Amino acid sequence: MLITILVSAGVVAAVGLVLGALIGFTAKKFEVQTDPKIEAVQELLPGANCGGCGYAGCADFASAIVTKDADPSGCSACSDAMLAKIAEVTGKAAGKKEKMTAVVFCSGSFSRAAQAADYNGVLDCRSASIVAGAGGKACRFGCLGYGSCARACPFGAIEIRDGLAVVHPELCRACGKCVNVCPRKLIRLVPASAKIHVYCNSLEKPAKRRKLCKVPCLGCKKCVRTSEEHMQMQGGLVRVNYSNPPEPDFLDQVKCPTGALQLEETHRRIEALKPAAPAPKKEESK
Amino acid sequence: MDSNELLMLTVGAILVNNVVLSRILGICPFLGVSKRIETALGMSGAVIFVMTLASFVTALFNRFLVTATFTINGQTVSLAFTRILLFIVVIAALVQIVEILLKKFSPSLYVSLGIYLPLITTNCAVLGAAELNADASRGLISSTVFGLSTGVGFGLALLLFASIRERLAISRIPKAMEGTAIALVTAGILAMAFMGFSGLVK
Repeated sequence: MLITILVSAGVVAAVGLVLGALIGFTAKKFEVQTDPKIEAVQELLPGANCGGCGYAGCADFASAIVTKDADPSGCSACSDAMLAKIAEVTGKAAGKKEKMTAVVFCSGSFSRAAQAADYNGVLDCRSASIVAGAGGKACRFGCLGYGSCARACPFGAIEIRDGLAVVHPELCRACGKCVNVCPRKLIRLVPASAKIHVYCNSLEKPAKRRKLCKVPCLGCKKCVRTSEEHMQMQGGLVRVNYSNPPEPDFLDQVKCPTGALQLEETHRRIEALKPAAPAPKKEESK
Repeated sequence: MDSNELLMLTVGAILVNNVVLSRILGICPFLGVSKRIETALGMSGAVIFVMTLASFVTALFNRFLVTATFTINGQTVSLAFTRILLFIVVIAALVQIVEILLKKFSPSLYVSLGIYLPLITTNCAVLGAAELNADASRGLISSTVFGLSTGVGFGLALLLFASIRERLAISRIPKAMEGTAIALVTAGILAMAFMGFSGLVK
């Protein structure tokens, strides 16, 4: 009995020792030499692997920064402080970049946009957009509200409120994943310094826009007349001139008749907006 | 060991006694990495790889250490009861060594198997395959074949499950059933479907 205990303990210990030694030996013998700088840079990168820099992930980008002279400012998710630290590690100056943020150019939530159909299909914008009557809302240009962008966002910066995607700019790192995923091409990256946007993307005739939504941009040019350097016509829509965005108090000077021109904060709290136009009726089906 | 028996072993391990759906081993990765087909593929690859290797090496250990008897001072000593202990140590060490070698010789494979390799060092499905081999006292070749096909069976179950879950993620599901609840119900139904294979191999 005693012998069994001794032998088994001895054998298990011996196996453990031999295997341990073997691991140690292989680890030393087949060690892969990596530049410690790569690891240091990787620690400083956000680690979200969003792919916004164009590389396969943060590890790949880190090795590109150290070995291939990639510019660290290609990472839109890095703060300036982090970029400075990376520059310190690599000994190369990082380029300057302007902070960008994603904006969803629509404010047609379920309660504001007219409904043309009841949609009961797959709850994903890309699937909904290929079905006739796409997603239920009557507007062919607005947000579908099934959250493809919110699921694509690696930083959790997009929220769906009442069937409308809203961006939280303090979380948005401008990686551009939502821009690529939106089937309506509603999302764009704009400078984060701009606080006012025209939240409409409709290319219908103005009268029809008003029918389909409580908060359309009608292209009335009231804001353009107020300040031509801040606002521009683009097609049938007004857009903020993002190379010279207006200050938040511009909103009080303009008094947009529909409310499509709004503060980014108001867009986030969609219930806070009081639309000026009367509620649109449900579009009559033939 | 003729080829007919090997075929029976393979079909049996993949379909009839599927490691996840009928032996209920390796449920942790089955539920954990089945949210997306991409990760499920990576995990399946790693499991097939490790299970095949581990089955081979543990079969070696089983033959020359565990089932062997030693006579010391006229007393016979058998180490059969240290089987699980030895197997788990051997598998863990093996995966470690393989990981180091992969990193050196095949960085691309290392990146694609990546985090899944260390995850499955102590996975019960891997140990389970080794234990089942030892219980059935299979030889070296049939042990390795069994390990490989058990791994393929795991991959099949994981892939099926992941594709169902990807579709479930964009469906209207009653509030109370969202997430893990519906996943477990799905796994149950999938397991019942696999019961249809019983009797295919004796």
